[in-house]
Amino acid sequence: MIEIQSLHKSFGPLEVLKGIDLTVNKGEVVTIIGGSGSGKSTLLTCINGLEPIASGKVIVDGIEVHAKSTNLNTLRQKIGIVFQQWNAFPHLTVLENVTLAPRKVLGLSKAEAEAIGEKQLSHVGLGAKLSTYPTMLSGGQQQRMAIARALAMSPDYMLFDEVTSALDPQLVGEVLETLKMLAEEGMTMICVTHEMAFARDVSHRVAYFHRGVMAEIGAPEQIFGDPQHEETRKFLASVR
Amino acid sequence: MFSTSLTLSDVVFLAQGAGMTILVTALSVATGTVLGVIFGVLRLQLGTILAMPLVFFLDIFRSIPLLIQLVLANAFVGMVLQLETSGFTIACIVLSLYTASYCAEIVRGGIQAVPSTTRRAARSLGMTWFQDMRYIVAPLATRIALPSWIGLALGVMKDSALVYVVQVTELLKSTQILITRLQEPLFLLLVCGAFYFLISFPLARFGGYLEKRWSK
Repeated sequence: MIEIQSLHKSFGPLEVLKGIDLTVNKGEVVTIIGGSGSGKSTLLTCINGLEPIASGKVIVDGIEVHAKSTNLNTLRQKIGIVFQQWNAFPHLTVLENVTLAPRKVLGLSKAEAEAIGEKQLSHVGLGAKLSTYPTMLSGGQQQRMAIARALAMSPDYMLFDEVTSALDPQLVGEVLETLKMLAEEGMTMICVTHEMAFARDVSHRVAYFHRGVMAEIGAPEQIFGDPQHEETRKFLASVR
Repeated sequence: MFSTSLTLSDVVFLAQGAGMTILVTALSVATGTVLGVIFGVLRLQLGTILAMPLVFFLDIFRSIPLLIQLVLANAFVGMVLQLETSGFTIACIVLSLYTASYCAEIVRGGIQAVPSTTRRAARSLGMTWFQDMRYIVAPLATRIALPSWIGLALGVMKDSALVYVVQVTELLKSTQILITRLQEPLFLLLVCGAFYFLISFPLARFGGYLEKRWSK
C-alpha cells in the first residue's frame, strides 16, 4: 500500500505540491490527469524518493520513504518507475539493459538474470530483440524495453510518468497495450497520463491535479461522466 | 646527391631517446589519468565551494608553461627540500600533475555529458551511487571523453620534449646532441619527426578503432 499524507514539495520558491493525500491499495490502478505543471509527475518522483520533500509523508508498505533511516536503494527495488523519456542505457544491449540491475542490485547470477530478462522482454513483445542495441529500436520499442527493465526487478508497484508523451502517435498504442496487460495481471500502478481513453478504460480511480492540488478523485465513470470540480470540467472539455 | 654521416649507432642512440620519451609519457599519462579521474569526480562531488581549492591547484598546473614548472620543481626539490632526486623522477611527477590537471577537466566534461535522466533511471532501479558510476556513467563518459583524452596523451608525448631541462635525454635532446656533432640539423630533425610520428600513430589509430567499435 502507498500512503501519501499532506505532501508538500517545492522547487525553490515554487510550491509544486500543496498538500496531497492519496492512498493506493495493492492491485489498484490509479491514473493522474491534469495540465502541465500541475505537479503530477513530481508526485511520482517523490514516491520513490528521487525527490526530497518539504513536509508530509510518503509511506510504502509501512516504510516512510523520506525518513533518514530509510535505505532508498532497497526501497526502490519494489517500486518500478518508467519515465516519459525511456532512458535506455545506450552502451548495453536490450537484454543487458534489463539484466544489469537484477545482477548488480539483487545479486542474481548472469543465467538467472537472463532468464528473467528474456521472460520480461518476451512479455512486452521484444523477445526477438535481445542482442540489439537500444539505438536500433523505435521509441515505442525502447519504452517497452524500459518497462521490461523495471519489471525485471519484480517490483510490487509500478509508476508510469507520461510514458507515451514522447512517442509518435502510431507508437502510442503498443505501449498502452503493454500497460493494459499489466493492469489486467493485477499490478499496482500509478499512471500519470494524457491518454484519457486509457485512463477511463484501465483505472480503478482517476485523480485530477490542478496547480499542485488534487482537485478531485473518483471512479472513471464519475470523473469523466459527472466531474464535480469546476477545473476538472474545464480541463476535460479542453482535451476532448 | 644526398649523403649523411648518420651511422647505425647514431640511429640506435635516437631510438634510446625515443624509448625515454615513451617511458616518461607512458608513466605520466598513466599516473595523470588516474589522478585526473579522481580529481574530476571529486570536483563534481564536492560542489562549487568545497572544490575551490582543488580547482585552484589544477589551474596552476594548466596555466603555467610546462618549461617553467619543470625548472621550478627541480629547484624546489633540490634547493628547498634538499632531496637527491633524479631528473627522471621530477619529469614524471611534473608531467603527471600537468596531465592530471587537463584530464580532470576532460573527465568532468565526460561525466556531465551523461544525461541526468539516464542516471535517474539507474538510481530508480535501486542502483547505488557507486553502481551508477561504475556501470552507467563510467562507460558512457569514457566514450564521450576518449577523443579529448587521446589528444591529451599525444600532447603530453610531444610536450615531454621539454624534460631535457631536468637532464633527461629523451628523443629531442638526443637529436640535438647529434645535430651538434654531425651539423645536419634539417635531416636529423626530419628523422626525429619521423620517430615522433611512429610513436603517435599507433595511439591515434587505437583511439579511432575504439571509437568505431563503440559507435555500433
